[in-house]
Amino acid sequence: MSKNNIKIDVEHVTRIEGHGNIVVDVKEGKIEKVQWQVPEAPRFFEAMVKGRYFSEIATITSRICGICSIGHTFASLKATEDAMGIKISETTRHLRELLLHGETFQSHILHVCYLVVPDLLKVNSVLPLIETHTDIILLVTKLHRLANELCDCIGGRTTHPIRARVGRFSMLPNKKELEAIKKRLVDSVDDLKKIAGVVQSLAGNLPDFKRETEYLALSYDKEYAFYDGDCLTNDIKKTIPVREYKNVVNEFIVPQSTAKYGKFNRDAFMVGALARWNNNYKQITPLAKEVGKMLGLDGVNYNPFMNNIAQVAETVFAVERAIYHIDWLLNNDLKLEETEVKPKAGRGVGAVEVPRGVLFHEYEYDDNGYCVKANCVIPTNLNHNNIQLDFEKMVPEFMHLGEKELQFHLEMLVRAYDPCVSCSTHYLDVEFKK
Amino acid sequence: MSSKPKVAFFDFACCEGCQLQIANLEEDVVGLTKLVDVVEFREVLTGHAPEYDIAIIEGSITRKKDEERIKDIRNRAKLLVAYGQCAVSGGINRLKNNWESMDDVRKEVYGDKSTMPHLDTYPTKAINEVVKVDLFIPGCPINREEFLRTVKELLMGKIPKLPNYPVCVECKFKENACLFDFGVICLGPLARAGCGAICPSNGVPCDSCRGTVNNPNKDAMHEILKKYNYTVDEIKRKINIFGVNPEVKQ
Repeated sequence: MSKNNIKIDVEHVTRIEGHGNIVVDVKEGKIEKVQWQVPEAPRFFEAMVKGRYFSEIATITSRICGICSIGHTFASLKATEDAMGIKISETTRHLRELLLHGETFQSHILHVCYLVVPDLLKVNSVLPLIETHTDIILLVTKLHRLANELCDCIGGRTTHPIRARVGRFSMLPNKKELEAIKKRLVDSVDDLKKIAGVVQSLAGNLPDFKRETEYLALSYDKEYAFYDGDCLTNDIKKTIPVREYKNVVNEFIVPQSTAKYGKFNRDAFMVGALARWNNNYKQITPLAKEVGKMLGLDGVNYNPFMNNIAQVAETVFAVERAIYHIDWLLNNDLKLEETEVKPKAGRGVGAVEVPRGVLFHEYEYDDNGYCVKANCVIPTNLNHNNIQLDFEKMVPEFMHLGEKELQFHLEMLVRAYDPCVSCSTHYLDVEFKK
Repeated sequence: MSSKPKVAFFDFACCEGCQLQIANLEEDVVGLTKLVDVVEFREVLTGHAPEYDIAIIEGSITRKKDEERIKDIRNRAKLLVAYGQCAVSGGINRLKNNWESMDDVRKEVYGDKSTMPHLDTYPTKAINEVVKVDLFIPGCPINREEFLRTVKELLMGKIPKLPNYPVCVECKFKENACLFDFGVICLGPLARAGCGAICPSNGVPCDSCRGTVNNPNKDAMHEILKKYNYTVDEIKRKINIFGVNPEVKQ
């Protein structure tokens, strides 16, 4: 086979959430086809929730994604509360932010350490590292366990949280539990620095690739946005209210994907840790900024592979903010709220930043509180189009490395986006056509 | 070559939250890898194998092409385990089966593009509606301790058994106050235990996410409904979320 012919056909790219395919066809040095495909089985959530009572909706839409079920729960609760004009208490707000940081902590550790580090060490999974890098793996499992136990403590369960309800929490953590978790979080900062050191030693293996795009994330004047904020990109000057999200995401349907795509001012945009970092890094904590800088992320960055590094910096941020919210909860009297919700007709939108980017849920309810219309816009979907455009720039730049290396780099790029295709429907298979 | 049992994990239409419960076993996963050889697990590792001693399946079947894939896996697996409620009963994916027409379901999500062939779907099927299943691990999500225990029992040559008593039993052991007394309708009397009554213990009614016990005590359920002034329809509606039809008779 001539080196000028490349055929990549990866069906179901591994180490990502969900199913995706990569197809590349190069004939005699000429690129005939480069395509990112999403063949995941669609699940039709918008149809599932139609006719369900408002208090059941988050239970159902949480199941869009097992990894970011906490974020889906909050986007869902916020949308329902927006539709019915329900206000939440200060306590509920702190508990929600704490729980959301717990999820970011858990998800970023899982992605960077279990799914990306194997690429940087050129092994097929985290499993061989159990033998070769035992101490580090045990450190990672310790952090991952802590993140999950934080979520268990606040949400009642880390995957598909139980206690977060419309307008309230059904049960509160006691102060002893909060103090114990706080102590472990404070101690974990040193462990995180060790992990950052390991990533630093491998960061040189991240491919050198740049493509500037539009970066979309929530923006909030008070802090680096996760729970609250409006829509902002580097192409607009003024934020756009969450209720007008449809004018920002502009979803459309393509034949190569069961997931919907999106775009705004350019042909594609990026959401997720790097988008948040690029738009809001000035608001992140000094320690998170320092960790980013140590790993080569200093200010705005156009290399999508650096999304992994932004995730490491955000992990530090999540731990710091979690400690802040626990302190607030420890210093205030916590009372279980018996919020009686009187259902009413209305339309509402909820948005939060989840590990993979900005997430929107929108519901419309009838007078009796039954859902008549729903729309969920998933961050992984919003990135599909950007992955496609990265592919189109990467293939000519990296094809001289040969088929095997090109395939490796394309798969690694997809993983860098931390796609959660089961959310967006599912993806990653690579096909190199010869 | 390793003589450890070859284990493979697969997922179909689902949220992948159950495989996350395996990652959430943390250090115990490290122990498990000493006992079994994980040969295929798309979300975790790159690699494929021709056959498996145990295939562990998550998610439900909603398309013809997935039906072919699960049949192929079944042909290459000595033992097939369905884990998580999507695999066991269809789970929440089955909610779409309440619609009269799948065309309407597609239209609701994809609008005027809904007839594009790749967006095809059919009514959700549980794994055992397509191939033979040797063992079920229910729950949305699964209880990771139950998963670990089940795998250990399998490796020791035992046939694991699911609890066949209702969530109320575990709830009473936890000394929780009954939610019916607070005016909340709960599926505990019908639902299969094994979760440690996790929802009522967190102040939230049971949604029966592990399905029902094999022979739910319908007379007792009727008495409860009568006592607290609920209708059978309310129970039916609620039990519909996780795709279980208990055939409760009026």
